[in-house]
Amino acid sequence: MSKILIRGAKVLGGEPQDVLIDGGTIAEVGTGLSAEGAEVVEAGGKVLLPGLVDLHTHLREPGREDSETVLTGTQAAASGGYTAVFAMANTFPVADTAGVVEQVYRLGQEHGYCDVQPIGAVTVGLEGAKLAELGAMHESAAGVTVFSDDGKCVHDAVIMRRALEYVKAFGGVVAQHAQEPRLTEGAQMNEGTVSAELGLGGWPAVAEESIIARDVLLAEHVGSRVHICHLSTAGSVEIIRWAKSRGIDVTAEVTPHHLLLTDELVRSYNPVYKVNPPLRTEKDVMALREALADGTIDIVATDHAPHPHEDKDCEWAAAAMGMVGLETALSVVQQTMVETGLLDWAGVADRMSVKPAEIGQATGHGRPVSAGEPANLVLVDADYRGDVDPAGFASRSRNTPYEGRELPGRVTHTWLRGKATLADGKLA
Amino acid sequence: MMRHLISAADLTRDDAVLILDTAEEMARVADRPIKKLPALRGRTICNLFFEDSTRTRISFEAAEKRLSADVINFAAKGSSVSKGESLKDTAQTLEAMGVDAVVIRHSASGAPYRLATSGWIDAPVINAGDGTHQHPTQALLDAFTMRRRLVGRDAGIGQGLDGKRVTLVGDVLHSRVARSNVDLLHTLGAEVTLVAPPTLLPVGVESWPCEVSYDLDSTLPKTDAVMMLRVQRERMNAAFFPTEREYSRRYGLDGDRMAKMPEHAIVMHPGPMVRGMEITAEVADSERCTVVEQVANGVHTRMAVLYLLLGGNEPAVTHTRTEGN
Ligand SMILES: [Zn+2]
Repeated sequence: MSKILIRGAKVLGGEPQDVLIDGGTIAEVGTGLSAEGAEVVEAGGKVLLPGLVDLHTHLREPGREDSETVLTGTQAAASGGYTAVFAMANTFPVADTAGVVEQVYRLGQEHGYCDVQPIGAVTVGLEGAKLAELGAMHESAAGVTVFSDDGKCVHDAVIMRRALEYVKAFGGVVAQHAQEPRLTEGAQMNEGTVSAELGLGGWPAVAEESIIARDVLLAEHVGSRVHICHLSTAGSVEIIRWAKSRGIDVTAEVTPHHLLLTDELVRSYNPVYKVNPPLRTEKDVMALREALADGTIDIVATDHAPHPHEDKDCEWAAAAMGMVGLETALSVVQQTMVETGLLDWAGVADRMSVKPAEIGQATGHGRPVSAGEPANLVLVDADYRGDVDPAGFASRSRNTPYEGRELPGRVTHTWLRGKATLADGKLA
Repeated sequence: MMRHLISAADLTRDDAVLILDTAEEMARVADRPIKKLPALRGRTICNLFFEDSTRTRISFEAAEKRLSADVINFAAKGSSVSKGESLKDTAQTLEAMGVDAVVIRHSASGAPYRLATSGWIDAPVINAGDGTHQHPTQALLDAFTMRRRLVGRDAGIGQGLDGKRVTLVGDVLHSRVARSNVDLLHTLGAEVTLVAPPTLLPVGVESWPCEVSYDLDSTLPKTDAVMMLRVQRERMNAAFFPTEREYSRRYGLDGDRMAKMPEHAIVMHPGPMVRGMEITAEVADSERCTVVEQVANGVHTRMAVLYLLLGGNEPAVTHTRTEGN
């Protein structure tokens, strides 16, 4: 593989430096590096980060290829600066066997836009009743380490306990979609003043918080590691903070949309804002930002949830839940965390690459930008300003809540093991 | 006037008073031997009902026919509504047919708003009840009924309901009637109190422009109109209250309770009444109960809404045109 010299890039937002890639590896980082025999990419003060890692992506293949495929999903990931994504298990069939996870894993390798690490279902068919073959999925070629029934909560306390205990045998982690099912029957949006006015079924914060509280206590009791998906309330932050202070092995994620959008947007009844967990209040948004800044929340994960047009172009109650996020995540984080002074770029690298790779054990990702490390990198034009135009998305679906909204920053280059998957803003 | 009628909250005081005044004019037509006006001749109105409601549909239909409109009734009950596509598809079909207004009833909150704002259709949209959100023409007919009884048929013209005290009792949580009434009555200057067990009040009700009480007996003596909301029996199984008997003991309206109200005070109900649990026969059949009037007033009020949204700015009735002379 050829050499690439990235000239004048602000590594993790620091002083401009040159980075030389040779083959799949970073050969040298310094100033005034020789361009001999190398293709030169003039960074011109753009920010260089380790390739982003998304612990929560829905690729929809197998089963809903009209929404997204492993190919289009990984192309969207590359466009957003990601070099690895964890694919959620709620496909058709459900990724609850070694066969399905291997298929998804291999498609990712074949297409080559981004590493795809399948997440295995915790229970058979996501039904919450019987443990899936967690060990077999771990031992498969996909090497599954993260298990989740995402989209549904592992609500039975005994099943959750057993799953937490069982994955200890091979260092796995259970990622919980925290949603008490009885408290959220018929839930359409955050329960509060807006839902009261709109007459839409309420999804109370306590339905999330009560499950998180239960699960951190279970993790403590059995000495396991638990990860909480898409935290959305100020109360959840308090519980995680308490659990961490007590030494419980818990990690947590927040989505970009929960860092920016509030339930006031639901007044439009536009299903593009329908997501699970729902958009919450301004107070929650501020608490989540603060918690991400202080490390209570470990990572940003997109919950990229592609849906075809017809599943959103209808009345609210009939619409599917979810938003696409891979191609806008970094911009939203820049706006909500960097431009507010809550995180610097090194902090962004930590929350969007280093920590998610650690939690998911994606070896080779989330590494320092230094000699000898795998050349998984992303170059970001942080000075860019522009309106989001879903027509340009690589994702097969366009259900973004940011259409027409100005967001800062743009990913111009992504390299996966030294090979450009995105160059000058175009898929390679 | 606005282009659509989606929510009672969208009505300004002037709009609301204009509708009530126009409804009084429409009511005069009902007293004539020929109850028909030519105002909407040549206009086509579709009653698009995705949820059963014979009472509301018939009321709209009567209003439309009295205004000489052509009426299409479309009942989408039991079709592929759950997929959500039928609302959009149906809207586009109606648009292609050149429908001049759509009256929509839907089980999903916000469906009329989507219909009016998503670009699927150009015609004015009138919400005939959506989910647990709004039922603005119900609120208008209730306000009309209150203004007639509490202010006076003629004295009420140009007036709101300033200082009148209205109590709504029952299942506020699931009630579009309650939401619409709170909004409209507040706009018209009335003081509203909601009375219900805490389980049947929405989280977030604190931000509504009204008082909230759990105690009916202490509220009734200060009430000019009490509106009983329907409590569906299936709520019992969902543990909103312990037993039907306990509910009616605490929140039902019987003769003893009615006696605590001021003499002029009226009892209202959006119908259909479940006699026994929420209201006793003694109350339902009393002079003070306005249920039957509400039905008649519904037609006048809906005529007024349709006329104002579709007919333009001329007075509806005052000058009868003598064509051909
Ligand atoms: Zn998800």
